[in-house]
Amino acid sequence: MGEYGGLGLFFLVALIFPVSALIPAFLLQPRQPTKEKRIPYECGVDTVGKTYVQYRVGYFLYALVFIVFDVETVFLYPWAVRFGHLGLFALIEMFIFIAILAVGLGYAWKKGALSWK
Amino acid sequence: MNEALGYVHGLVGWAFSLAEAYDVPSLIGAGVFFLFAGLALLFACGVVFLRNVVHSALSLTATFICVACLYLSIDADFMGAVQILVYGGAVAVLIVMAIMLTRRDDMAHSNPSRGLWQHAGAAVVSGLFLLGMAAVAVLSPFQSAPQPLGDAAPGLADLMLSHYVLPFEVAAVLLLIAMIGAILLAKGAEES
Amino acid sequence: MNLMDFVRLATHVGLHHFLLFSALLFAIGLFGLLTKKGLIPLLMCVELMLNAVNINLVAFNHYMPVSDYSGQLMAIFAVAVAASEVAVGVALAFRIYRDHGTVDVDELREMKG
Repeated sequence: MGEYGGLGLFFLVALIFPVSALIPAFLLQPRQPTKEKRIPYECGVDTVGKTYVQYRVGYFLYALVFIVFDVETVFLYPWAVRFGHLGLFALIEMFIFIAILAVGLGYAWKKGALSWK
Repeated sequence: MNEALGYVHGLVGWAFSLAEAYDVPSLIGAGVFFLFAGLALLFACGVVFLRNVVHSALSLTATFICVACLYLSIDADFMGAVQILVYGGAVAVLIVMAIMLTRRDDMAHSNPSRGLWQHAGAAVVSGLFLLGMAAVAVLSPFQSAPQPLGDAAPGLADLMLSHYVLPFEVAAVLLLIAMIGAILLAKGAEES
Repeated sequence: MNLMDFVRLATHVGLHHFLLFSALLFAIGLFGLLTKKGLIPLLMCVELMLNAVNINLVAFNHYMPVSDYSGQLMAIFAVAVAASEVAVGVALAFRIYRDHGTVDVDELREMKG
């Protein structure tokens, strides 16, 4: 656990630094809110419509392919670390694993989940 | 005055005896555990009680990150990385995606709960469950004896590709089926 | 038990701490599962409960006198199952929203004769 102490200290400093810059600004700023100042900033043009819009299903299909291959990474990583000691059997097993998921990727491709319309 | 001095003296003596009874790393470990466990429980309550479902999703992600920090605190580095990668990354993205796919008009009250009676019933059920689990956890004579196990990733690979090779391939098949099923459900909805 | 003993017990983090923590997390998830109306909040509560189970597996692997990482491997399989579950769950929620116009589980009662 000791080696993460430095990481925790890093996050602490990274937190203190912007906060110590923002708090004086918050305390010292003059407050004259107008309607124009309170609207969300969008490159200077007026915002149109609501903030929450319904996404198209295409985004979801990308996220779906992403989550499957994210989990594949979890299984691939220990194998890659131990690759030199594992031998042929593990190599074949891993290729079967990848092939099974490649079938899924092929299916997603064929169903047009990867095309952007 | 004398009373106050005596009180302070007692407090200082108590702190010293605490510091003597423990090595400092153990106290730091306890601090880390209670910090992240408390934060995780707080954010978990946020998932249940926040009114806006997007805030709930954010709170859920924060819970995942806190649990990952707890994994790191018990030398489960690989599990911590997996937790951040899969839960903090992919699952959080998918949950937010689900919220944005099923849009509500009024986002401020998009996480509705049932009535008072259902709350009372749920509190009783989960309270009883908690009581039972806590009794089992406290009364069971587990002896804590951490063993030095070496690096996690190579050890996991040895297990995964020898003794647990069938569950490993079944996990791939499960992921394949989940992917095909989800695409079928989503594409079917798109076409109709 | 006096205060000193309690503090000594509480600050010595061991298996019991993690078991109690995961039981609390699971109970919060269960409470949410029983009180929430929307499908997606229900999915989130299930994720909380699955996380509680994973904490148990990893904590047992660390604190019990074991010789390998089978507990962590089990947790990784549980992660894979949870990922599949959330993928299909989100697709189902999306499909139900398209077909019925709502994700409120109290309004989805087509099978209730």
